[in-house]
Amino acid sequence: MLKEYQTVSEIYGPLMLVEGVEGAKYGEIVDIEIGDGSMRHGQILQVDRDKVMVQIFEGTEGIDAENTKVRFLGKPMEFGVSPDILGRVFDGIGKPKDGGPAVIAKKRMNINGNPINPYARNFPNQFIQTGISTIDGLNPLVRGQKLPIFSGAGLPHDEITAQLARQATVRGEGESFAVVFAAMGITFEAAQFFIDDLTDTGAIERAVMFINLANDPAIERIATPRMALTAAEYLAFEEGMQVLVILNDMTNYCEALREISAARKEVPGRRGYPGYLYTDLATIYERAGRLKGKDGSITMIPVLTMPEDDKTHPVPDLTGYITEGQIIMSRALHRKSISPPVDVLPSLSRLKDKGIGEDKTREDHADLYNQLYAAYARGKEAQELATILGEAALSPEDQKYMKFADEFEARYISQGYYENRTIEVTLDLGWELLSMFDDSELKRIDVELIKKYMPKFRK
Amino acid sequence: MSENISGKIVKVAGPVVVAEEMGGSRMYDVVRVGEENLIGEIVELHGDCASIQVYEDTVGIGPGEKVVNTGAPLSVELGPGLISSIYDGIQRPLDQLYDLQGSYIKRGSAIPGLNRETKWEFKPTIENGTKVFGGDIVGEVQESTLLLHKIMVPAGVTGTVEGLNAGSFTVEEVIGNVVGDDGNRTELKLMQKWAVRTPRMSKKRLAPNEILVTGQRVVDAFFPIAKGGTACVPGPFGTGKTVVQHQLAKWVNADVVVYVGCGERGNEMTDVLMEFPELIDPHSGEPLMKRVVLLANTSDMPVAAREASVYTGITIAEYFRDMGYSVALMADSTSRWAEAMREISTRLEEMPAEEGYPAYLGARIASFYERAGRVVCTGSPNREGALSIIGAVSPPGGDLSDSVVQATLHVVKVFWSLQGRLAQQRHFPAIDWLTSYSFYKQYLKDVFEDVDKGEEMAKMSQLSMILLEQEAELAEIVRLVGAESISAKDRMVLETCKSIREDFLHQNAFHKVDTHTSIDKQYEILKSILHLHEQGLAAIKRGVEASEIFALKVREEIARSSFIPEKELAKVAGIRDTIDVQMKALSS
Repeated sequence: MLKEYQTVSEIYGPLMLVEGVEGAKYGEIVDIEIGDGSMRHGQILQVDRDKVMVQIFEGTEGIDAENTKVRFLGKPMEFGVSPDILGRVFDGIGKPKDGGPAVIAKKRMNINGNPINPYARNFPNQFIQTGISTIDGLNPLVRGQKLPIFSGAGLPHDEITAQLARQATVRGEGESFAVVFAAMGITFEAAQFFIDDLTDTGAIERAVMFINLANDPAIERIATPRMALTAAEYLAFEEGMQVLVILNDMTNYCEALREISAARKEVPGRRGYPGYLYTDLATIYERAGRLKGKDGSITMIPVLTMPEDDKTHPVPDLTGYITEGQIIMSRALHRKSISPPVDVLPSLSRLKDKGIGEDKTREDHADLYNQLYAAYARGKEAQELATILGEAALSPEDQKYMKFADEFEARYISQGYYENRTIEVTLDLGWELLSMFDDSELKRIDVELIKKYMPKFRK
Repeated sequence: MSENISGKIVKVAGPVVVAEEMGGSRMYDVVRVGEENLIGEIVELHGDCASIQVYEDTVGIGPGEKVVNTGAPLSVELGPGLISSIYDGIQRPLDQLYDLQGSYIKRGSAIPGLNRETKWEFKPTIENGTKVFGGDIVGEVQESTLLLHKIMVPAGVTGTVEGLNAGSFTVEEVIGNVVGDDGNRTELKLMQKWAVRTPRMSKKRLAPNEILVTGQRVVDAFFPIAKGGTACVPGPFGTGKTVVQHQLAKWVNADVVVYVGCGERGNEMTDVLMEFPELIDPHSGEPLMKRVVLLANTSDMPVAAREASVYTGITIAEYFRDMGYSVALMADSTSRWAEAMREISTRLEEMPAEEGYPAYLGARIASFYERAGRVVCTGSPNREGALSIIGAVSPPGGDLSDSVVQATLHVVKVFWSLQGRLAQQRHFPAIDWLTSYSFYKQYLKDVFEDVDKGEEMAKMSQLSMILLEQEAELAEIVRLVGAESISAKDRMVLETCKSIREDFLHQNAFHKVDTHTSIDKQYEILKSILHLHEQGLAAIKRGVEASEIFALKVREEIARSSFIPEKELAKVAGIRDTIDVQMKALSS
């Protein structure tokens, strides 16, 4: 029989202090019955002798100190998993939200997970074809990678994540694939867009959703990504599925964390975020990967909006330090109606070299993206120069690079959200664009490869 | 002794646990916390209350559970078996944890750092009856094809050696005795222990005087690090800090490399684990892994163990230094280490200094880097060892005014400044040639056996830097008025600098030849670039059109010279003849 306490002494922000508690454990979950009989859920943040600090996921509104009953459940937060979770929609703390019956759990898993032994990891090196040239060609994604999308308010990150979820495949393999989608504080419209898109393609049957909308309790968001990853871990490492996890939007998650930190009166780090934000984010992001001896994998696409498009804001900054690269959306390209507006130059996939090459994509891939990248960078410089000096003042060489940059944006970057390009199409398009230069200018490509792949040498 | 003191938990807040009834405990004693025997370390004492940082996740731990003091500070086991190992931050072998627990790290397992079963062939190098002191070498174990492990008398032990025999021993078996003047016997074993927070002693500190060759052109030729020196690599994310660290770990001409992955990505450590055993050391032809010790405390592993990992790493490094070896330690990233300190400090409710970091941040960083150095090792035979430290720093937003960067720059002698701008241009390594510096440049010339060649290399390096400086100034002008309006001579400077940047400083870590360049090849490439410059200037003086020089075919050869294998070094030198021939054709 669980003991019930009615000894709430303080309530502030999302936190509550309970006194006279015996045997409470750090991190255990708590059921709270408030005056009107409704239930809330919480988690212990600190135990100091008989005083327990609890964070309440649904917020403290309407809680009073006298009539509130608190039960300590003696276990950390868990999520009940079984193959039946596929096709279901849950709320931010894992309760069914689709009106369906409760899932009969095969087992209950601690949502905090455990750190992966680095020795147990299998290196991500299987190329995922996303059908998007700027990703496949220049910043290839591999299975088990965590590649965030850095976006901003008003940019089409929802479209690109939906496109990724729709198109991402490892070619030549008929393996089972699943999508886990965690919505944290996004709008109903954004969530519904994604659900509709998955429904249209039939992918909804292989998806698990955790939805915490903008008007849902903010503190719940602390649990949402962990719920999603627990489901993903189960599907990947116990059911052997290839799981794509989309976390949207991590900025809202970090704000919830900040709210708790502020309520605890902790010394703030940059912009009021707690000093442990890096570690906290790492315990989420690092759950992506592949494990030795397991068939499945977790590939993660966190989405975050950068306040004022500022890459040095703590959320994108710390994310960039943990994830294996980043895809950055460009407002300038978006204004030019180039879609998806991927800002090629600052975007990066750190694992690209592991997933491409002769047996994986094609032998010319590495040299080709280096050359395209260099040429586009040079072209962008020329574009900038032209805005200062006027196009006529550019040297003939600069003019050529500028022309290349324009073509590159119009044909390579711009493809729309519904065109699914194979890697060969993407690579050949790259060669076609480079054919405007003399062979000797293509310093980053092996001469042999030019002879083999340049359109004019091909039969 | 503080052993067996047993107390009770009263408070749990994240990685910090407070226990009472701990009277008699000492600072930094290791304790076992709770029913699951989690490993922790005492970091604060108030009366009989002890604050403990716990190296494992504390979820499920609560007041009333017991805490037992082990009576010893956090120590590492030193002996044969370290090489090729992969440890977590408190020297638990991750491969054995994997066999025991599977894919995830669970709590409460204490696996010793050194394997207890492996037998090592021990050969004594001194006679029984010899008088020995702490640090004296008594024998050797061939630990790997690349490393001869010297067995030393533990510090503080003095006396006459008895019963020392060759044979096959585990690390715990007695290989001999040391009998003191008072008749006390101390058993000698292959293994000894050392507390990680205490620097190992040496007879004398010496100033570094020799370059640590890394095979990375921008480092060796422009900003070299010395054996026993310190360097830091700060840069925003995506500028290639980790690739720089990996490249150095792979190609540096040190005898032992200790790589500490401190709070970084799990997949990066896997990369090291999978790639290093396949790489061949250019100097010996053996797998590189046979000289490497890895420590991996990734960002999702407990923070307190991350705080300890840096100390565990440096203690292991010092141990190899004491054998008379040149050791290089890479710490990636010291910012994560500092953040771990900050997190513990916050939980201890200490008064914060800048950005929430504890006030002792600077002191801790300084004393860590001070453990580097070239030393005369204690004990006989007389030998010199060196320990170099290369620390990566990850400043928020790439801002170099960050506390960790500033505290690090106070102490290190080499600064490799990684720039986001260069990384965006895919110029790797993205080390900025204008803002980086090295205090060890004067030793560059001594790398070459040929004195004249050394002098010439030093001069070429200097000249290149002057040209690059000029380029920065000229670039401003060109930006304003266009390239056509500057003199032919200045345009030659710009073209040469472009060549220095693209053909020399830029280096592809993933190309099988380009990944490593011997110092001789560096000399040849740089010489060819500057030879063209010189000849070009002379031709311009003769009245040759500058654009004709820039269009010379030989420039393409220079551009591809870094991909010429080391065996065909003469080809690189031969480029200069081609330059002369093609230049002559211009003037006629």
